[in-house]
Amino acid sequence: MTVTQAPPLSPAPGGPPAHKPSVRRRLVPYWLLLPGILWLIVFFVLPLVYQASTSVQTGSLEEGFEVTWHFATYWDALSEYYPQFLRSLLYAGTATALCLLLGYPLAYLIAFKAGRWRNLLLVLVIAPFFTSFLIRTLAWKTILADGGPVVEALGAVGFLDVTSWLGLTEGSRVLATPLAVVTGLTYNFLPFMILPLYTSLERIDPRLHEAAGDLYARPATTFRKVTLPLSMPGVVSGTLLTFIPASGDYVNAQLLGSTDTRMIGNVIQSQFLRVLDYPTAAALSFILMAIVLITVTVYIRRAGTEDLV
Amino acid sequence: MSWARRNIVVIAGLLTLAYLILPNIVVMVFSFNKPAGRFNYAWREFSTDAWRDPCGVADLCGSLALSLQIALWATVGATVLGAMIAFALVRYRFRARGTINSLIFLPMAMPEVVMAASLLTLFLNLGAELGFWTILIAHTMFCLSFVVVAVKARVMSMDPRLEEAARDLYAGPVQTFLRVTLPIAAPGIAAGAMLAFALSFDDFIITNFNSGNTVTFPMFVWGSAQRGTPVQINVIGTAMFAVAVLIVAGGQIISNRRKKRALIR
Repeated sequence: MTVTQAPPLSPAPGGPPAHKPSVRRRLVPYWLLLPGILWLIVFFVLPLVYQASTSVQTGSLEEGFEVTWHFATYWDALSEYYPQFLRSLLYAGTATALCLLLGYPLAYLIAFKAGRWRNLLLVLVIAPFFTSFLIRTLAWKTILADGGPVVEALGAVGFLDVTSWLGLTEGSRVLATPLAVVTGLTYNFLPFMILPLYTSLERIDPRLHEAAGDLYARPATTFRKVTLPLSMPGVVSGTLLTFIPASGDYVNAQLLGSTDTRMIGNVIQSQFLRVLDYPTAAALSFILMAIVLITVTVYIRRAGTEDLV
Repeated sequence: MSWARRNIVVIAGLLTLAYLILPNIVVMVFSFNKPAGRFNYAWREFSTDAWRDPCGVADLCGSLALSLQIALWATVGATVLGAMIAFALVRYRFRARGTINSLIFLPMAMPEVVMAASLLTLFLNLGAELGFWTILIAHTMFCLSFVVVAVKARVMSMDPRLEEAARDLYAGPVQTFLRVTLPIAAPGIAAGAMLAFALSFDDFIITNFNSGNTVTFPMFVWGSAQRGTPVQINVIGTAMFAVAVLIVAGGQIISNRRKKRALIR
């Protein structure tokens, strides 16, 4: 995802420079845009309008729905499902932080230390993408199974005591606990963090590191003063690419969690496809959209001004 | 210990890589399992049954064929529409460019479940029958933005003087486009198309909302998580992984060779 805009162009390279472009030539960009933009308006913008109208309707499936400007649906939905909203933001935020923590060393390794292994490592990061993510998420059910080697080992080193105390696990179980859901979320969105990080790290001139070393900066200082600031664009787009999809995800919570770990995506899915309470479902979906858009805007502002200095 | 301290980045990076690859290894290992019941979550016995009969489960290969078909058409649609938008955005100046840029950006900045739900309200209001066509429409829609971004990145790095040179040599607009512009933009278009194919083939959330009773491969896997997961799912997962490694590795080798040849020249 590029957040940056295309730079302004020098005199339109499409047309002959000397004389004024003809009307036909001036219409070319519009003809190029028309089909795709029309597609997006009809199947992306229009659906949002329909959803807005659905969210203020009342009625029932049998008698049909009618627009009654019933805004109370929003309030009811929020007051009933705020735990799921909070949980979604908490899980998605934790997963994003973990992705950054885990992804940064790997992106750094590939960009600066891999040498001739670089391409192989990149293939290993991209290739799992192509195995259906549902199959891979189901594999976590096997890995985190009760009494399996992973869970036994975590219990033996006292890790599960700590996570149980934090309320992330229950006793000697990992499956069907918040830890399992966050593990799955972190796993599923990790490549979306690594690739932008790698792209921005790869652009850094290694001579800057040498220069920092020549100026007696210790490796930690070099990282804090040179590498990290220069990799901020990757950090920003990586965290966005992780947080946004994670906040609406319901697959991990469904496959690896329990009824106590339901996220807002699970609620929207069941309201739409099982309960068939369309107004509530539409309102929930709009609240989620608003929360995400506001969070993202605030984050981009902050990251774009203060933290980038 | 000082060795470990000096190589802490390498160690941490490799641990993350292990975390990324672990599920793929589990999928591979369990494709050779012979489970006792309906669920393939516990290891029991080595067997190659599932590999010899990958289509042995009802509806599995049908759903796979359907997903491939949808992914193929969605890729064609999104690539054609997306490449046209990308060319217009990079090569021409016109009003409403900012608006169009945000319109392209928004689908990527929205949780999938919101898009899925809103599309469903549209289809329900129009009384459209959910199935192949609604899935195809939805996939083309959300792949479009990703193609635009991929193609834009490539076209932006193209030197417009190459096209001017072609015109100076009396090439017509069509000839310039086919002989100069398109070949240079091809890697970007290919990357966009590959991304679209992978996104569409693997999409679950949008398909879940807009498929009706039609079962794509991810829908089949989702259903099997409740009813019992056949070993064949692991076989297909492993095969997909292998094919992906081959394609990506092949692409790397080709681009390396090109680079070397360019150096020799």
